[in-house]
Amino acid sequence: MAMKDVPDNIFMTSLDAAASWARSNSLWPMPFATACCGIELMATASSRFDLARFGAEVMRFSPRQCDLMIVAGRVVMKMLPVLQRIWLQMPEPKWCISMGACACTGGVFDTYAVVQGVDRFIPVDLYVPGCPPRPEQLMAGIIALQDKIKHGGTLNGTEFGKRTQPTGPTPYDLDELIRIREANEKLISIN
Amino acid sequence: MSAEDALKSKFDGGELAFSQFRDNHRIVVPAAKLFEVLAFLKNEQNFDMLAEVTAVDYLEYEGAKDRFGVVYVIVCTKSGERLVIKTFVNDPEPLLPSVYSLWKSADWLEREVYDMFGIRFSGHPDLRRILTPDEFTAYPLRKDYPLKGRGERHNFPVLTRAES
Repeated sequence: MAMKDVPDNIFMTSLDAAASWARSNSLWPMPFATACCGIELMATASSRFDLARFGAEVMRFSPRQCDLMIVAGRVVMKMLPVLQRIWLQMPEPKWCISMGACACTGGVFDTYAVVQGVDRFIPVDLYVPGCPPRPEQLMAGIIALQDKIKHGGTLNGTEFGKRTQPTGPTPYDLDELIRIREANEKLISIN
Repeated sequence: MSAEDALKSKFDGGELAFSQFRDNHRIVVPAAKLFEVLAFLKNEQNFDMLAEVTAVDYLEYEGAKDRFGVVYVIVCTKSGERLVIKTFVNDPEPLLPSVYSLWKSADWLEREVYDMFGIRFSGHPDLRRILTPDEFTAYPLRKDYPLKGRGERHNFPVLTRAES
């Protein structure tokens, strides 16, 4: 069949590209909102900023119906097993946005209970910096994620299988070892 | 007669130390007399509300003789009177009688003190950790516990994208 015989409303594409295009324009976020970033996330979904323009307005509170996890806020060590469980419950294909300074790095909460970045324990696709980020910034993040899905997404998600390394720093980086040693030395000097 | 005067006449051995700062009436009680004093205030002086149980770690504190101070704030809801009762306990086995039998609100408040400072309350019906996870072993608000912990916050399985 020659190209001139194809009508205007028919596109030639690959199945991967068509699936990625559909997925990227209908992201269903799982709002894992634990702190003030959650308020900005709600504002993003509301009418003033209108996340629906990007097809990502359907916030579902069941992980079984979501394909985009937005971790908004600090995650403490009691919450992290919950976060991991919810992540595992989400069906493939799925993506994760780490929203705000606390979810990305622990932020100012460098204490015994706060996880220093969720990317240490769950895979993260995109980081949105800010404390908290403005809704525009989160939308820019979602547009960037859509771009990422459109370029490199496959129908059966083979690109995920290649990511065998954790996205974050390894749990005991040098800095952390120094902190633990200092803490132990102080403990010895007290006793 | 105010509650403090009643206490002075009932416990006249000189074990109680009374002080005041503005509207804050404070009584320091030896740990052995604590339950007796609180029961007297509850049953005979109408202090029907336990507003707060908390603790202070005096490790390395200048001039401190004891390791932990435990503070009870009780309120009489009829008169609005408020009393701060303080007592001291020490290592290695800080133990106090539970006041759960007097005020039910002591349940969670004492659990919190136990969780954060490791002070046990004998007679408490359910002395478990309340804020930190059950498998946590340290007492985080003690002064000899490092601010950044001992690595508990890193003690989780790492999920990679390929396996999740």
